Amino acid sequence: MKIIVLVKQVPNTTEVKLDPKTGNLIREGIESIINPDDRHALEAAAHLKETAKAKVTVLSMGPPQAIDAVSEAMGMGADEGILLTDRAFAGADTWATSSTLGKAIETIGAFDLVLCGRQAIDGDTAQIGPQVADYLKVPQVTYVIGIEEIREKSIVVKRRLEDGFERVECDLPALLTVIGEMNTPRYPLVSRLIDACREKAPIKTWNAADIGVQTRDVGLEGSLTHVIKTFAPKLQRQTEMIQGDAKSAVKTLAGKLKEKKLL
Amino acid sequence: MTVWVEVDLCSGCKRCVRACPYGAIEMKEGKAQVQDRCTSCGACLQVCKEEALQTDAKPREIPDFSDRKGVWVFAEQREGQLNKVSLELLGKAQELGAALSQSVSAVLLGEGVAGLAETLIEHGAETVYLMEHKALKDFRTTAYTQALEELVKQYKPNILLMGATHLGRDLAPRVSRRVEVGLTADCTELSIDPKEGILLQTRPAFGGNVMATIANRYSRPQMATVRPGVMEAARKPGAKGKVIKHAASLTENEIGTKVLELVREKKKRANLSEAKVIVAGGRGVGDAGGFKILEELAAVLGGEMAGTRVAVEEGWIQADRQVGQTGQSVRPELYVACGISGAIQHRAGMMNSRYIIAVNKDPRAPIFQVADWGIVGDLHEVVPEMIQQFKKG
Repeated sequence: MKIIVLVKQVPNTTEVKLDPKTGNLIREGIESIINPDDRHALEAAAHLKETAKAKVTVLSMGPPQAIDAVSEAMGMGADEGILLTDRAFAGADTWATSSTLGKAIETIGAFDLVLCGRQAIDGDTAQIGPQVADYLKVPQVTYVIGIEEIREKSIVVKRRLEDGFERVECDLPALLTVIGEMNTPRYPLVSRLIDACREKAPIKTWNAADIGVQTRDVGLEGSLTHVIKTFAPKLQRQTEMIQGDAKSAVKTLAGKLKEKKLL
Repeated sequence: MTVWVEVDLCSGCKRCVRACPYGAIEMKEGKAQVQDRCTSCGACLQVCKEEALQTDAKPREIPDFSDRKGVWVFAEQREGQLNKVSLELLGKAQELGAALSQSVSAVLLGEGVAGLAETLIEHGAETVYLMEHKALKDFRTTAYTQALEELVKQYKPNILLMGATHLGRDLAPRVSRRVEVGLTADCTELSIDPKEGILLQTRPAFGGNVMATIANRYSRPQMATVRPGVMEAARKPGAKGKVIKHAASLTENEIGTKVLELVREKKKRANLSEAKVIVAGGRGVGDAGGFKILEELAAVLGGEMAGTRVAVEEGWIQADRQVGQTGQSVRPELYVACGISGAIQHRAGMMNSRYIIAVNKDPRAPIFQVADWGIVGDLHEVVPEMIQQFKKG
C-alpha cells in the first residue's frame, strides 16, 4: 500500500496578535508548527505503515523553511519527504494550490491513499482535500474519524456528521481528510529526527520545473480568488457597565432586560 | 513577477503599508520598502498616489461574464430534512439578487424530496431546480458533484452559495474544481460591489484575528460557503415560484462511495443555533459544577447552556456546546457570557447576538468591549443572584 500525506506548515494562530495601531498581523516571533489536523493524518499513515506495511511519502508546499515540517513528519514515521518550494508558488489560493499539489502527486506516481488534515488553522478553508481529490479524479471522504477495514479494492471508514456519523465504503485509490477525533498523534522519534536532518535523508525539494507547471498556472498568477482587503474585525459595542454589589447590579440589569422585553 | 518602490517618487504616505494584505511593506527611513513576503498581489499599486510602486506583472484580463445570471443556493437536505442554513442563504440571496437585478434559485437534489420545493419558494427561491434520482438518496460527493456540474453548465448561474456544514464543505470544493471556479470558504458577510458588480466575500482568517474580503473576478459562478447562523432567513409568504425538473444521468459504478450506515446519535445534543437565549461560561467558571449553575440560569431564561473551547478542553461541557471559531456561530436574542475573557476566537462565534451581557472579575477583560451590559464581579455570586431575581420575573 502506498500512502501520500499532505502536510502544511502554519503559524500557530492561537498566538497571533494584532498591532493595535496599524491593525496588521504581528508575524515576528510566532512559532511555526505542523498544522494540527495534518498531524492526525500523519499518525493514521504511521499506523497503516505498521499494520498494513504501507510506504509513506509526505508532501508539503511552502517556503524553504517548511522543510522543518517535512523533517518532523519523517520523525513521525514517513519514509520519504518532498517539499514543493518556488517563488512562483507564493500567494496561491486553493485552486492554484490544489493544481500544484495534484501535479506533484502525479509526478510521484501511483498511490492507494492520499491522507490530509481536514483544514489548516491559518486559512480554515477545508478546500484542499476535496479539490486535490477532484484533480486526481479519485473519490473522497472528509471528516474521517476512523479507518475500519482495508479491502482489496476499497476502504471502509467512519465519517463524522454534525449529529452522528456515517460508515462509508470508498473505492481505492482515494483521498481522505481526517479530524482530531481520529487518533492521538505520536511524538517524533529523536533518532528519526536526527536522520531526517542528515545530508542523505530521503527528502527532496521540487520547484515548478520539477513538476512541469507554468508560472501562470500556480501561485498568485494561477489563482482565481484574490484578497482585496483585510481589516481587524469590528466587534465593539457601546458597553454600559453596571455598578454595585451582586444584588443591586442584577436588579439594575433586570430592569434593563425588562425594558427590552428580554425578561 | 515582482513589485518594487521607485524611492525618488515615494512620499512616505504609508497608504501602501495599510493596503498590503500580507504586511509585506515596511517603512525604512521614510520610504516604503517591499519585503520578501510580498506575493505581488498588487493591492499597493492601486492606492499609491505617486505611482512609486511599480510592477512587471501584466494586468490580467477579466473575461466577459455578461451571460452569467442568477443567484443560486444549494438546498442541503438529509433524509428529506432541509438544513436551516439553506433558508438563511436564500434570505441573503434575495438581497444579492435585488442588488444585481437577477433572480434567486435553489438547487434541490435527492430522492423523494420534491415536497421541499414549496418551503424553498416560501423563503425566496423564484425557481427550484430539482434533480431526483436513487443515486442521490444519500449524500455522496461524486454523485452530487456530477449533478451540480450538469446544472451549472446548462444554466450558467452568476453566484452559487452553499452552507459551510460538513456536507457543504465536502461538496463545494469538489464542485468548484470540477466547474473550474474559485471558492471562498466560511464567509460571514456577502455583498455586491456597486462598481464592478462582483460578489465581495468576507471571512475571518488567521483564527479570526483578521477579516479578509475576497473577490472572484476570473471565473463563474462566484462560489462561496457561508457559516450557519450568520445570515437571516426571510420568508415571503404566498410567494409563487416554478419547479424545473431535470433528469439525472448517473450510474452507480461511477460514484465510488457507498453509505453503509448512517447513525444519528441519540443523546440530546445541544441546539444552540435555535436557542433564543444562551448562557455561556469560560475558564472563570472553574469546574463542571459551575456549569450546572449556568444551566440553571439557562433554564430560568428558557435557553441553552454553552461554553468556550477551554471549557470543552477541561471536560466541563460537551464539544457540541462550544461557541466560537472552532465551535458554532450563534445569534441568540440574548447571550450571557460568564467568566469568559473574550478571546477573539470566542467573540467570532457570538458577536452577532442581539444583546450581550458579560460578567467577569477582571474589568479589563476584552469581553466587556463587545457587551451591551457589563457587570464586574464574581460570577459565582452574580449568577445565583440572577437565577433568584429572574425567576421572580
